[in-house]
Amino acid sequence: MAGNAKQLKGNTRWALGLNATLVYVFFYAPIALLILFSFSDDPLVGRWGGFTLDWYRAFGENEEVQSALGVSIRVAIMSTVVSVVLGTMAALALERYRFRGNKFFDALLYLPVIIPDVTMAVMMLLFFTIARNAASTIFGVDVSKGVWSVTVSHIAFSISFVSIVVRARIAGMSEKLEEAAQDLYASRWQAFRYVTLPLILPGIIGGGLLALTLSLDDVVITQFVAGPGSTTLPVYVFGLIRRGVSPLINAVSVVMLAASVLLVLLSLVAQRARGGDVT
Amino acid sequence: MTAVATPKFEAANERKKSRRGFFLALPAYVYLSLFFALPLLSVVVYSFAKRTSTGGVALEEWNIDSYTKLGEPIVRDILLRSFTLAIITTVICLVLAYPFSYFLATRKASTRNIMLVFVMIPFWSNFLVRNYAWRVLLGNDGPVSRVTEGVGLGETTILFTPTAIVLGLVYGFLPFMILPLYAAVERMDWSLIEASRDLGATGMQTFRKITFPLSLPGVIAGSILVFIPSLGAYVTPQILGGGKKTMLGSYIVTQFLTARNWPVGAAVSTVLMVVMLGATMLYFRKGGRTL
Amino acid sequence: MGEEMHDQAGGPMTAAVDIQGVTKRFGDVVAVDNVDLEIADGEFFAMLGPSGCGKTTTLRMIAGLEFPTEGSLKIFGEEVGTLPPNLRPVNTVFQNYALFPHMNVLDNVSFGLRMQGKDKRESAHAAQEMLELVQLGGMAKRKPDQLSGGQQQRVALARALVNKPKVLLLDEPLGALDLKLRQDMQNELKSLQRELGVSFVFVTHDQEEALTMSDRIAVMHDGKLLQVGTAEELYDQPVNRFVADFIGQTNLIDATVFDADMIVLANGTKIRAPNPYPAGDKVAMSLRPESISIGHVDEVPEEFRATSLTGTVSDVIYLGHSHVYTVNVDWMPLEVRTNATPTSIKHEPGSEVAIWWDRRSDWVVPDEGHGA
Repeated sequence: MAGNAKQLKGNTRWALGLNATLVYVFFYAPIALLILFSFSDDPLVGRWGGFTLDWYRAFGENEEVQSALGVSIRVAIMSTVVSVVLGTMAALALERYRFRGNKFFDALLYLPVIIPDVTMAVMMLLFFTIARNAASTIFGVDVSKGVWSVTVSHIAFSISFVSIVVRARIAGMSEKLEEAAQDLYASRWQAFRYVTLPLILPGIIGGGLLALTLSLDDVVITQFVAGPGSTTLPVYVFGLIRRGVSPLINAVSVVMLAASVLLVLLSLVAQRARGGDVT
Repeated sequence: MTAVATPKFEAANERKKSRRGFFLALPAYVYLSLFFALPLLSVVVYSFAKRTSTGGVALEEWNIDSYTKLGEPIVRDILLRSFTLAIITTVICLVLAYPFSYFLATRKASTRNIMLVFVMIPFWSNFLVRNYAWRVLLGNDGPVSRVTEGVGLGETTILFTPTAIVLGLVYGFLPFMILPLYAAVERMDWSLIEASRDLGATGMQTFRKITFPLSLPGVIAGSILVFIPSLGAYVTPQILGGGKKTMLGSYIVTQFLTARNWPVGAAVSTVLMVVMLGATMLYFRKGGRTL
Repeated sequence: MGEEMHDQAGGPMTAAVDIQGVTKRFGDVVAVDNVDLEIADGEFFAMLGPSGCGKTTTLRMIAGLEFPTEGSLKIFGEEVGTLPPNLRPVNTVFQNYALFPHMNVLDNVSFGLRMQGKDKRESAHAAQEMLELVQLGGMAKRKPDQLSGGQQQRVALARALVNKPKVLLLDEPLGALDLKLRQDMQNELKSLQRELGVSFVFVTHDQEEALTMSDRIAVMHDGKLLQVGTAEELYDQPVNRFVADFIGQTNLIDATVFDADMIVLANGTKIRAPNPYPAGDKVAMSLRPESISIGHVDEVPEEFRATSLTGTVSDVIYLGHSHVYTVNVDWMPLEVRTNATPTSIKHEPGSEVAIWWDRRSDWVVPDEGHGA
């Protein structure tokens, strides 16, 4: 492409380079310091008092933290599995077929992405309350909020993110490949199994990792729809933070951050990958 | 199966294809209708309901009291404050992100990809924790304070102020501005800039007349992506604002969880959704393709 | 069109592809409009036309990738109009090849056999043999993106041919190759087709490619089939203005029919041009640049008097082997191409000249099919 216009000159280059550097410092310095302080042997947060692993030990021994972590993982896995299946099917439908109501469906699929957390949180709270009232008056059963309501809510926003990632992958894949497979005697299912699926698999994996990340990170929605015993790790940590800072929170935060960064990186790698071999 | 083709047959075939797409979409369709559209609708319905004296909700008595309540000074202040902070956040993000994205787009491909990954990481990684990091930094006797004291500027006391909220929001949502902006600048036909310079325009003129208009879809998309969540922010005001100066998000939560005035909470949520939908539709109307 | 085909013994022969009254609509757009077409077994058949003329849609209907809205489509006598592609005995070489990027060359080529339920080893063996035939025996383990454009083209060919299709369909098979490679591949395709004896049906917008490779050519425009014939037939006896203009280069001169032997040009000149049209009909005379002779006004040979015009040279381009003149006759410019020999005289711009031609080399077409 046109090279010259892209060559920044003198002062402009300097100013832009400086701005970029500052942006990266802004992004990463707080995180770096947080990581540093999580190893600090000083009960006052944000002060260096020598190296220690005590806070991580405390993290490992704290039963409430451990049970919250367990809930988080259970919810994340369940919601990811369901949203990957539904999101992928939705992506295939929207990219490869025209059907009645596809425009409306497309819009419905976008909404959870752009709707603010708080709005979705109260939506779900209201919904589960109404559902519970209805269930107890009509069927006489009590469906209190719990792990299931958290999972249901997480699936509701994850489907959208999965379908966006998978759609991008399908859009980048020529429909001719599927036609070629059918021309070469593959049935519709075989064409999907041997050509489409392996080629969009990186998108599915990337979308799945993203769903995992989003589920593990969500605070606001979860806080509203969690019942007793279904507190996830972020909700638990959020509760702690509101009472004040502590070295334990530092350690838990660093673990959560590490997990989400790892998943994001894996997701990015997966999305960039070429189609895999399926034999 | 091997009949001579007729218009009727082809129509049937098209229907079959359409049905196949529909059935593929169906599970997600049903799921989102049930667990997203229905909840969304209930919020709108509840915003017109009446709050009973016991904190319950009476659906029979339709009214718009909850919306008129938005005009009361307390709520108006909250709305005003939230919009102001969200706008300030958006502007700061734009000012930081524009030169950044431009710089990014002018790097060579390999550098660019690495730089981009380091924007993607904060984009997707844990928001709560990243806000918490600032709580630690800005705390009494925290690192920032000690630095400012060290250089003789005195103690930093911005924690639990609107400044801290804006700082947290910018920190959280800056990547949301950078990514669409970068996409827009990168897509740009750079030969147009050369053409402009060739026709005698100065660097500034070229930017004003060519570069900026061409990147406008990115500016709008990024602004929407920062403005909407900033307006509805809940976590950041709680952690960095100390919940003292209430913003929209916190107000909604209070109405639902503490004050038990669901109709008002629902009304504010509905307003937030309408703003969001309005902004999104404006974007798509203006020719934007994807957010 | 529609003429009966006979085998050597003279009996009727089943066409490889038999299309009768096929129409394809996409919503309100008529992509293919009531086309009748028969393609013989073992024929190298081209479908030629500008983009959007319906040729690719026709090919896709033969492949089963689109279904006709109306009409009958038979492959070796069997009605396939509505049969899905995997149940048809035809294979396709796609434009840009559509090789599976996640499979190596061998897996690509053996894909069709595997899908038909053939044993893995047997398929691999057949695929390897086919790869040898297209001279890619050593490339079996490579991925498609590690091959050059020409090699990918051969893989696509092998992938289709290994299934021993009764008809091979090729969609702009050479479009993505550069000129030199394209010419080589043209010869190779042609000899491959002769060797295998299978019908090749290929779609192209390049008239030169169609003329050099095919036994017969179908010219399409705006969804309609205009003419089917050999290269010579299309070149010498186009059915209308569009075909005359699209195949090769020609001068199209508006005229009116005088009688079965004469036409009247716009300036009133009567020209000898045998034609089957009723007197008074608007027609156009197609005159190929290379069939026109040029000389001084008094040089016109006696036998060409009735097929000559006078004009002024307005431009000359020297092409090494020939001169291309633009000669302005009264009302329009005509292109004249003459061999440039050491003895030939060059007519400078501005000089008065006469042009003449053999009356067997002009061709009268009805005045329809404008807008080439």
